[in-house]
Amino acid sequence: MKVGILDYDAGNLTSVENALRHLGAQWVLSGDPDTLKDTDRLIFPGDGHAATSMENLRSRGLDQLLVDFVARGRPVLGICVGSQIVLDSSEEGNASCLGLIPGTCRRLPGGPGLKVPHMGWNAVHFQTDHFLTTGVPQDSSFYFVHSYYTVPDTGVPVLGTTDHGIPFVVGFVQDTLATWQFHPEKSGEAGLKLVDNFLKWRP
Amino acid sequence: MLQKRVIVCLDVKEGRTTKGIKFENNVDLGDPVEMAEAYYRQGVDELVFYDITASSEKRGIMIDVVRRVAERIFIPFCVGGGLATAQDIKAVILAGAEKVSLNSQAVKNPDLIRQGARLYGSQSIVLGMDALADPSMPSGYRVVINGGRTKTDLDALAWARQAHELGAGEIVLNSIDADGTKAGYELPLTKLISEALPIPVVASGGAGTPEHLRAVLQEGKADAALVASMVHYGTYSLSQIKDYLAGHGVAVRR
Repeated sequence: MKVGILDYDAGNLTSVENALRHLGAQWVLSGDPDTLKDTDRLIFPGDGHAATSMENLRSRGLDQLLVDFVARGRPVLGICVGSQIVLDSSEEGNASCLGLIPGTCRRLPGGPGLKVPHMGWNAVHFQTDHFLTTGVPQDSSFYFVHSYYTVPDTGVPVLGTTDHGIPFVVGFVQDTLATWQFHPEKSGEAGLKLVDNFLKWRP
Repeated sequence: MLQKRVIVCLDVKEGRTTKGIKFENNVDLGDPVEMAEAYYRQGVDELVFYDITASSEKRGIMIDVVRRVAERIFIPFCVGGGLATAQDIKAVILAGAEKVSLNSQAVKNPDLIRQGARLYGSQSIVLGMDALADPSMPSGYRVVINGGRTKTDLDALAWARQAHELGAGEIVLNSIDADGTKAGYELPLTKLISEALPIPVVASGGAGTPEHLRAVLQEGKADAALVASMVHYGTYSLSQIKDYLAGHGVAVRR
């Protein structure tokens, strides 16, 4: 099995590679759709701005690769901004996004004592029993860095939620596409277990 | 609810962890990679490595340390000390660090903060600031550099605001008065900066007991607290610190 990691100038991917090495996976890191199209599953990371990320994806033809991958029923994991831009749109730069799953992204409101970005460790409450969260204790903490949060439409199965002033969705799954808003690759043993579960997931 | 972070700081000199009081009388504490892994297993939330290697020829050693740490621990960590150019920042980030800390070099060249934030985003650029109580300054605190040896003309609060505007995403705030005393963090300074800035503030300098962390996280409004000697010498374990904090109403990762 070979894992593809999408490289589209969306932050540093060394930690994703280190996590995969630690888990004994084989991977290819690339921004070229032809190189990635024959992998078995994709990790779609992201740091930074939603509108800029969409531009970078489109200019490389990676938006179409993601659409095709999901259509062919192969597993895809979106992380951080990768979890946001699989939805229809984002308030960040009024970006029109991939529309693989219905929903949008909104800015965290913040407030007294609530700094934005939401940066640090927060507990995640798993909302369903899902293969992807097998073996991870309920309310485990994960490492977040983000200013926008995902709002998938009603009916999209939610994997987990957290709160930062308001409660919000931090993971959802539809068909072969799953997402985490936090960084599982930087979230200790609980995070590594989530990555390992994704590598073994047969939706 | 976002948890308060307990961060362990390791001073690294030519590839070895060292600890001195007020940057003097350094003693060898061990291999930073092995220490990082041990703290990771004990549940530390984040690590900071300060490269205090004096000679520039030996700086490459630190990149190797960063690479080996990144392969073995899966939590965010920050690297600081002597990073003077965008190229220096890039080398540390590509070796696997989540964040870089810019201190004296950012005072000398504030544009370094902007360059770093443009390259890797604000979440990766930390302002390291050493401050000294000084009633002649508007905020009551003066920025000092070179490990506290050199006074600048900068007011601590004004410099923190400027660094945030340039793109710093977090501030590690070290009190030179409290550093190495084990008598507690400088609470008024921490509260001042944390309440004035919309980005997280990490309190540094003065930790001696778990109660000191509780005070700076609650009264001092810090988002995280840095510890060094109180855990390096085995006076307290991370779980003792976190148990104490949790028992006093501080949300921490368990």
